[in-house]
Amino acid sequence: MTDKSKICLLIILIVSFAVFLLGHGLTADNYQYFLSKRTPKILAMILASIAIALSSFAFQTITHNRILTPSIMGFDALYLLIQVSIVFITGSLSVVALNPYINFSISAFIMVSFSTLLFHFYFGSGRRNIIVLLLVGVVLSQLLFNIANMLVMMLDPNEYAVVQANMFASFGTVSKQLVYLCIPIILLAAIALFKHANVLDVLWLENDNATSLGVDVPIVTKRALLLSALLIAVSTALVGPVLFLGLLVTNLTREWFTTYQHKTLFIGCSLISMLALLSGQVIVEHVFALQTTLSVVINFIGGLYFLRMLLKNQIV
Amino acid sequence: MIKVENINKQYAGKLVASNINVAFEKGKVTSIIGPNGAGKSTLLSIMSRLLDKDSGSVYVDGTELEKWATKTLAKRLAVLKQTNNLNMRFTVKELISFGRFPHSQGKLTDTDRQVIQHAIEYLDLQVIQDKYLDNLSGGQKQLAFIAMVMAQDTDYVLLDEPLNNLDIKHSLQIMKNIRRLAHDMNKAVVIVIHDINFASCYSDNIIAMKNGEVAIAGSVQEVIRAPVLESIYDTPFKVVTLDNQNVCVYY
Repeated sequence: MTDKSKICLLIILIVSFAVFLLGHGLTADNYQYFLSKRTPKILAMILASIAIALSSFAFQTITHNRILTPSIMGFDALYLLIQVSIVFITGSLSVVALNPYINFSISAFIMVSFSTLLFHFYFGSGRRNIIVLLLVGVVLSQLLFNIANMLVMMLDPNEYAVVQANMFASFGTVSKQLVYLCIPIILLAAIALFKHANVLDVLWLENDNATSLGVDVPIVTKRALLLSALLIAVSTALVGPVLFLGLLVTNLTREWFTTYQHKTLFIGCSLISMLALLSGQVIVEHVFALQTTLSVVINFIGGLYFLRMLLKNQIV
Repeated sequence: MIKVENINKQYAGKLVASNINVAFEKGKVTSIIGPNGAGKSTLLSIMSRLLDKDSGSVYVDGTELEKWATKTLAKRLAVLKQTNNLNMRFTVKELISFGRFPHSQGKLTDTDRQVIQHAIEYLDLQVIQDKYLDNLSGGQKQLAFIAMVMAQDTDYVLLDEPLNNLDIKHSLQIMKNIRRLAHDMNKAVVIVIHDINFASCYSDNIIAMKNGEVAIAGSVQEVIRAPVLESIYDTPFKVVTLDNQNVCVYY
């Protein structure tokens, strides 16, 4: 099967899952209500898929590894901490906590700036052992997560209920306004990453060869990291943390597609990611009858896959 | 011409390049020899902007290295280090195509394809051109990387131990091609090399380094002499003349 036919197959599967999620149980009487509920949910999944796929893939290319993703490096935990801090500092009924635009702008701003700082710390000073980075990432996410938990302990129970909704990936409670706000942001960031696709291809050859071939490695790395940070901030703000999704889809893409070109890989990875979320949602709704959440399913499968990678030592 | 002036570089307090002044001309093969840790690769990396220097200047065609846009410089100067990891599966031909990146930014033109084909034929890679690199031997991989550098078609070609992993047949093939590149196509080829006899028979000039300093730089006749080599390698040397070439015997 060529890469093109793989992409076509993925699109067919995605459309059928999306149509099923949108269309099951619709009648002439209820369709307006259901569609107005379901459309933003599906849109949010598609947007989050693109954002997670592109950011994870670009991140792995510039860091020359296939095991680290922004989520594993502590991004999701950071988002949680921001959400908890907002409620903790301003209260659950404040404008900051309730207005999706303000909350989103603040979260995205803090995440992008903090992640830039983090990246400098991780990758600023030369080459580091990937295992050490992985450990640092895990420890850091645990630290951020625990600080968030500590704040939660100190919160009023009513306020906590507000935070709790944001602590797990949820596609059911997506805010409609936020979805439409995210479309242009994700679109612009995605276009910017696609423009770097050819240069990112050269980075497969590692930094020295890329420099010899005329790629300004520090600048490209910085831009790609910034775009990754923005995308992951947007997707986390939109649907909450999905820890292992990025790792799962980037590696499935590498295994399944034969090309080295980021143009195709970006598209393939986004599609695989959409398929994972949409099919996962179908399973959650129709097999588990909403007894579990999508992030549990994704993290279960992704976690197993992560373990398999570690055991097979496929980490470089 | 590449001119290196008063280069200094320290690693963790140890001087790995100290006060280096050398020049590399077009149309000549220059070999850099010396014991392990002499600073050969450091010099090569500094000259090719892969490594920052502490002080001194490098001039490529009269312009200081820092003033070159890295994109433009990539059309003049190519460098290949000794270890080359790949994070992706490539066929030989795909890898060689990357050599054209400075010229076409990833969109291959007909000229690019001709140059790539030429590099493949030059190094006899037709049979393996569509094979994946991870299925090839270390030597074949090395040849593919050298072909990539050739496809880059630059005036200056810097190679760090190009004979690494290569058997005698392929080493000879590479050295002959290096000489052709310099003499027929008027490029400056600089190689870091451990095999002194290859250096002696195939280079025009030799730079011998020891402890981060240039011990001697000159023509093959000037450098490949027993007393010079003995002081550089701390080993007894015998240099004999065979078919008009200086050949070293050291075992």
